[in-house]
Amino acid sequence: MPATCSACGTSPAALRRPKTGHALCRACFLAAFEEETHQAIVAGRLFRPGETVAIGASGGKDSTVLAHLLQLLDQRHGYGLRLLLLSVDEGIAGYRDASLAAVRRHQHRSGLPLHVVSYRQLYGWSMDRIARHLGPRNNCTFCGVFRRQALDRGALLMGADKIATGHNADDVAETVLMNFLRGDVGRLRRGAGAGPAGGEGAVPRCKPLRHAYEKEIVLYAYFQGLDYFSTECVYAPQAYRGYARALLKELEAARPSAVADLGHSGERLSLRSDLRMPARGTCQRCGYVASQPLCKACVLLEGLDRGLPKLGIGKHRRLRDKLQDGQPLTQEERRRLGALAEEEPPEEQVPLGELGRDEELWGKQELRGPRDLDF
Amino acid sequence: MVVCVALCMTVGPYSGNRLALIVSFPSCAEKCMKCKEASPVLVIRVGDAFCKACFREYFVHKFRAMLGKNRAIYPGEKVLLALSGGPASSSMLRQVQEVSAPQRSNSLHLASLVCYSEGAVCGQSLAERGDTLLQMETILQASRFPYHLAHLEEVFDLPSSILQHAPHNPTGPKNSYKEAVEGFIRQQRREEGGSPSLPERQIQEKLAEVSLRDVPGMEGLADPEARLLAAVRTEQLIRLFGSVKTLTAKEELLQTLRNHLILHTARTQGYSKVMMGESCTRLAVKLLTNLSLGRGASLAMDTGFSDDRHGDVVVVRPMREYSAKEIAFYNHLFGVPTVFTPALDTKALEKASIHRVIERFVYGLQAEFPSTVSTVYRTGEKLSVTPGDASPAAEPERCLLCLCALDTNVGKCKRCLPAPG
Repeated sequence: MPATCSACGTSPAALRRPKTGHALCRACFLAAFEEETHQAIVAGRLFRPGETVAIGASGGKDSTVLAHLLQLLDQRHGYGLRLLLLSVDEGIAGYRDASLAAVRRHQHRSGLPLHVVSYRQLYGWSMDRIARHLGPRNNCTFCGVFRRQALDRGALLMGADKIATGHNADDVAETVLMNFLRGDVGRLRRGAGAGPAGGEGAVPRCKPLRHAYEKEIVLYAYFQGLDYFSTECVYAPQAYRGYARALLKELEAARPSAVADLGHSGERLSLRSDLRMPARGTCQRCGYVASQPLCKACVLLEGLDRGLPKLGIGKHRRLRDKLQDGQPLTQEERRRLGALAEEEPPEEQVPLGELGRDEELWGKQELRGPRDLDF
Repeated sequence: MVVCVALCMTVGPYSGNRLALIVSFPSCAEKCMKCKEASPVLVIRVGDAFCKACFREYFVHKFRAMLGKNRAIYPGEKVLLALSGGPASSSMLRQVQEVSAPQRSNSLHLASLVCYSEGAVCGQSLAERGDTLLQMETILQASRFPYHLAHLEEVFDLPSSILQHAPHNPTGPKNSYKEAVEGFIRQQRREEGGSPSLPERQIQEKLAEVSLRDVPGMEGLADPEARLLAAVRTEQLIRLFGSVKTLTAKEELLQTLRNHLILHTARTQGYSKVMMGESCTRLAVKLLTNLSLGRGASLAMDTGFSDDRHGDVVVVRPMREYSAKEIAFYNHLFGVPTVFTPALDTKALEKASIHRVIERFVYGLQAEFPSTVSTVYRTGEKLSVTPGDASPAAEPERCLLCLCALDTNVGKCKRCLPAPG
């Protein structure tokens, strides 16, 4: 005899919740999941009445469930929100085009307004073009840095007060693990991605699903018959996050509460007060939030435009200093920064604008890159 | 200790690798990088080839520096060394012997050892346990330090005070470290010049005799009643561990009980410091394990150099800057005797517990990225013992079992506060 639902006691159970171990029927699970998300929103005071909330929609399971839930809960509990869908087109053929189609289908069904910002339009580079210059590794560094800004700019463009992203408990746990493995104190202090309500960018962010297990999100989408796109990004297999992800899956298999425990640990880590922390400032070129004179996106773009795509990746401080002084790089140094071997050196060093003249700027530059790990 | 068993098994391959390493880096292997004279016997990091004598000096100096830098052990303070027989703690014992030369003012000549035996829950038969104990005792007696044997079975007789935070003894050395050292030297001079006091060696031997008589298991074995009691206790212990379902929980239970047992020994015998032999590699694994167990708030306490959660007994971890590899080399080169004991996770499946999953992950990543362990360890160094939102004045509410400050107050943490604007 199949187990009966532990909540209603009548229907046969449809699943065992990974988070609690309870056997629940379909209806009870859906109700519980929705109620938990509502509680997370209320307890975290994520939204205020009348706010415009841009939902970062990738077309994947998390953002699709988030958009569905926010619309549902807004109606049910009267949050009084104006919801929008905001998508970023990174320009990855075979991946983003198909997932954007899923977002458009969702837009038609839900009737929410959709806005798409593209890397090509914002930065002049699509991810596919970047990847051709960069090779198989480090692509996620570019994509991640660019997307963070792209979402902010899109939200500002749409007049949104807040960005809601579909990060789930697994994502948060992975981030805690990753930041710990890299020794990234700055990010650990900021809560390891546990949803800093103040946000790091220009527009505050929140993660209403950050206590929801990935498995439950998938089950919710499945039971609701939501239409989402599920294929891994073509560049993801080389990313360092993969290590943390694989580890998390094993931890979850050994003890399902590990996912939530990692999130809790991340929130409760307390760092020594005498540590030197990156100060929050603004980028001197684009005005975006930055802990350095230049924001990471501008450094990465500078590298791309100079034909030295690895300029912003890893520790190349000496080479950056050299560039700033206007000294030519040797062929070997250019190769280390990712220049193609057959490429002719540029005819002249393009001055860095106001940055080229400022002695201090590049000298102070210390990008907190991964410690000899590909990110 | 679980710690040491895992490392124990790595000794074989490491010692085999030694020659290969040196042969493949002839440039750095020609002369020792320190003395530039002798031919090196091992490469610690890439390019750092050491001869045997320099390696020993480097190793011992690191231990002394660790104690000196942290000003952890006051002169004349009684220190208890927790030994499992594994490589790290055995190496720690040797280091204490090395720095205990009587002419040094900061020597640790009041050290003594507690050796714990937990074979009952790790699947050892009675005969095997007896064998292990015999090996341990040989090592303990050879060390000439007084020692206590603690059987895990004794946890059933622990007093409830073990779950309490005892305030620090106010009569203890409250003054500065420097004053304490000077006072100790003055006292020593007086003893040398003045009345005939017992030489240090004699005191130690006396202490050793006393402690030998203290050990309950020794003469108890002859007594059939005591033997029966021991058997009942063992049965109880096995039942206790049998009732715990997952290996993760068993590991945690064992760790808690072991800590309580060591704490109890330290309290009843009047020690204010306990030394644990956790290596850098072990601590990296422990950091990530505890992170995954939700112990983020108490990571600094669990892995820091000095751990004063018990109040009167402070746990210090002087081996925390040695990698497992360094320890294995040291033990191999200088013939440090170790005892192999199976741990809870010996022969367990790879994914059987959080501890095991993390351990495998860290060792695997370390093989690919050699900075993994040190990076994780250094991340742990940056953590603070006091929770960020704690008010400094109030005594925190403590967990009954681990005595760390509770982190379950689900008030408004700073990230849950409403967003500005």
